[in-house]
Amino acid sequence: MNLVENRTTLRLTYCALGIGLLIALFPIALLVLNSLKPAAQIVQNPLALPEVLRWDNFTRAWADARFGATMLNSAILTATTIVLVCSTASLTAYVLARRKVKSWKIITFYLLGTTTAPIQLFLFPLYFGFARLGLINNTFAVALIYTAVYSPFAVMLLRTYFLAVPRELEEAAIMDGASHWQVFSKVMLPIVSPGILTVALIIGLYSWNEFLIATTFLQGAERQTAVVAFFLLSGQYTSDWGEIMAAALIVTLPVVILFVLLQRRFIEGMAGGAVKG
Amino acid sequence: MHCLYLVPTLLINVVIILIPALMTISLAFFRWDGISDPVFVGLANFRALWPDRVFWTALTNNVIWTAIFLTVPIAMGLLAAAMLLVARRGSSFFQVIYFLPMVIATAITARVWQGMIYSPVSGINGLLNRFGIEVADPLTRTSTALYGIATVDLWHWWGFLCVIFFAALRQVPQEQIEAARLEGANFWQLMWYVLLPGIRPTITLMMIMTVIWSFLVFDFVYILTQGGPAFSSEVLSTLAYRSAFYDLAVGKAAAVAVVISLFGLAATAFYIRAQAKEFDR
Repeated sequence: MNLVENRTTLRLTYCALGIGLLIALFPIALLVLNSLKPAAQIVQNPLALPEVLRWDNFTRAWADARFGATMLNSAILTATTIVLVCSTASLTAYVLARRKVKSWKIITFYLLGTTTAPIQLFLFPLYFGFARLGLINNTFAVALIYTAVYSPFAVMLLRTYFLAVPRELEEAAIMDGASHWQVFSKVMLPIVSPGILTVALIIGLYSWNEFLIATTFLQGAERQTAVVAFFLLSGQYTSDWGEIMAAALIVTLPVVILFVLLQRRFIEGMAGGAVKG
Repeated sequence: MHCLYLVPTLLINVVIILIPALMTISLAFFRWDGISDPVFVGLANFRALWPDRVFWTALTNNVIWTAIFLTVPIAMGLLAAAMLLVARRGSSFFQVIYFLPMVIATAITARVWQGMIYSPVSGINGLLNRFGIEVADPLTRTSTALYGIATVDLWHWWGFLCVIFFAALRQVPQEQIEAARLEGANFWQLMWYVLLPGIRPTITLMMIMTVIWSFLVFDFVYILTQGGPAFSSEVLSTLAYRSAFYDLAVGKAAAVAVVISLFGLAATAFYIRAQAKEFDR
């Protein structure tokens, strides 16, 4: 595309884009920089480079936020949610994309409607109901809530992948005597597997980072997620910001590394869900 | 046969969302502490909200929030996306960096801003104060708390919009852009007459979603100020949460949740109508 003949325009554009870069990176740089500094030095100047690298911030953060246990909790919760969402949403997305049932339209609109339902609209009865059933501090119960909240998005995204599969493939498989289930599991699923991977990544990101539901339903120390453990650590009054930033980096780093490695999938998935519906 | 495929999704959805949502709507007409038997009180919960100053502050704050997020991040996202289109080289690199704040947990983003930027002790504000530039911590003042929170959310949010708008802009037909260039249109004219009309459906959709999300905002407010100081940054969702879990006034919380949903419902109707065109194709 030849939008620009003019060098000055181009230079100005890059300047402006560079400012955007600074805005996005500045708080992240502060996070990384200060995770390596003692609290006293942060108070002096949060912008200064560390004089000595304080790796013990990380060992203290690891111990105080019990990341050994809480990161494992987060990982189990995230993995359970991914499995539940991917398995249930791919079934639904297939049926809705191929209009296999008469009421496909109503169901699609219903699911679209629930993507916009405020959490507060179902949180309170759900909490007191789960409390009565003894499901507070239950990782699987929270994974079910995440599945309910995230699967409409997953269905809408996977639907676009199923729509892209040529109908002839399905018809050929049926001609060869494949059952409905075989058509779905042996023909369709392998073709849309890139879509399922994208959904898994995005749902994984959401569940790992989720705060409101995790802090409400997993209050007990033994089931806490890493994000909630970080929140509690950072909320104490004797704030050692070096340790807090180290804890922040521990929780964030796995997500950021995965994001940078697989950025195209993340961006296409999140943007695709919004642009295409 | 294929109906069975829908059972898992719908079952989970109905049990977790639909039934509790219907219960919330009916709870709005009861007084309940979460433990004993609910007492039917008719419209009393809603009537109690009417003279409640905190409720009106929260509602006003949600409206202000909506106004901010309908303009600032959308303008920033559009501008950055259009510039990415002009720059071309390096656009995917810029995109990834702009998007990065979105993948960091809200609890972490909130604490980084609170401790490393806003804090007069450990943050950039403290550093500026020591250089003689007086900057107060916006979160501790009633007049600025909401805007302090909104800034954090803005930082986390605008890159997402930029990426979405950029994806849409790349679908604008090449010939239209070239024709405009041939007629000597400058950057702003190109933006106003070609690019913006070209991606109007995407902008509309994002504006509808902004209205819906603005009435749901919770994490940043709850973590940064808990609605304070003196309820100045209270929004409807934090008000409902506190009523239910701190004051054990579940009926009042349910009434507030119904109010949130009414605002959401109007926007949702537009949302479904906008999306319906996609399904009829």
